[in-house]
Amino acid sequence: MNKCLERLFNGLIKENPTFVLMLGMCPTLAVTTSAINGLGMGLTTTVVLVMSNMLISMLRKIIPDSVRMPAFIVVVASFVTMVQFLLEGFIPSLYDSLGLYIPLIVVNCIILGRAESYASKNPVLPSIFDGIGMGLGFTVGLTSIGIVREILGAGQAFGKQIMPASFEPITIFILAPGAFFVLAGLTAIQNKVKLEAAKKGKKVETKAGCGEGCGNCTNCGGGK
Amino acid sequence: MEKLLLIAVGSALVNNVVLSQFLGICPFLGVSKKVNTAAGMGGAVVFVITIASFVTSLIYKYILTPLGFEYLQTIVFILVIAALVQFVEMFLKKIMPPLYQALGVYLPLITTNCAVLGVALTNVQKSYTILEGVVNGFATAVGFTIAIVIMAGIREKIEDNEVSPALKGTPIVLITAGLMAIAFFGFSGLI
Repeated sequence: MNKCLERLFNGLIKENPTFVLMLGMCPTLAVTTSAINGLGMGLTTTVVLVMSNMLISMLRKIIPDSVRMPAFIVVVASFVTMVQFLLEGFIPSLYDSLGLYIPLIVVNCIILGRAESYASKNPVLPSIFDGIGMGLGFTVGLTSIGIVREILGAGQAFGKQIMPASFEPITIFILAPGAFFVLAGLTAIQNKVKLEAAKKGKKVETKAGCGEGCGNCTNCGGGK
Repeated sequence: MEKLLLIAVGSALVNNVVLSQFLGICPFLGVSKKVNTAAGMGGAVVFVITIASFVTSLIYKYILTPLGFEYLQTIVFILVIAALVQFVEMFLKKIMPPLYQALGVYLPLITTNCAVLGVALTNVQKSYTILEGVVNGFATAVGFTIAIVIMAGIREKIEDNEVSPALKGTPIVLITAGLMAIAFFGFSGLI
């Protein structure tokens, strides 16, 4: 059971996909116009991640090594399709606001990355917890970016007015450029923390992520 | 003809794939250090997206729709794109070595570029005909190339400037992207 808790912690904090690994940048920038959208996207991704981790871990001894990438893609794409239809049927408002980005979960680096680096090598239960941890980490990341953008851009959080009426919303933060600015601020803070830590003589591991170069994207997505 | 032109301008400039739809952010941040490599990546993307949007439109219209399998689009499209990229790579290697030399390195990276799948799905969503789909794909890819080449040009200039340590690397690139996105807002009056 300890191992499962360790996986949860790992996904939420140590290897948080948004803040530490910087994976899955497309949805991170695109759907975080409001906190609720970020939360919805995060949870949708979590469901897909947990299901695909579970199935891939079950099948890890059956799938031949040479065709594992196409096999993983089929598994992930099937779950994405199912989730897409469930959302369309039961939460149509979320389905409308996420739109194109739901099917695009298929090409989210996080999911194939976890399948390749964890679920295909580990037993079912830890893989499920790995999926939950990573998914919740992603959800926390998206939701917090969403909250920042919604407060600055509309003076609201989860649709509730929280800023005083005298606050003039900075609309640009809920438009496309705002996504880039918020993420820039975020990575700058992260760099700052790393620099401080380096000054104190602590060794900081630099984790490869999408922002660091595309070679890493292929590691998690293309697997070549 | 007018509709095709509107689609082309719309996808290339107004709804720029990187700066307003956030597709293909990974290569946009990763391969934009030098103008040459950025142009190479752009060329490869134009090539693959145009072919991919043609093939996926064809498959959707003549295989999935008659059989009533529209719900399989995501699975079918991603597999087709992955296979297509491999195929294009092998084809170029055999038939056109000079082009392969120029684009080869970038081709495997494109499978994970969400812009390719994004375009294929948009074509279906907006129920474009095959010709409209191809034009949309081509224009989207041209928009990607414009964005990545401009970005690379700016980044080459940034190299000569002093950037505060915390902003070095990804943050300053993201800020630049944000400013570019603001500039691209100017195109929204076109349509």
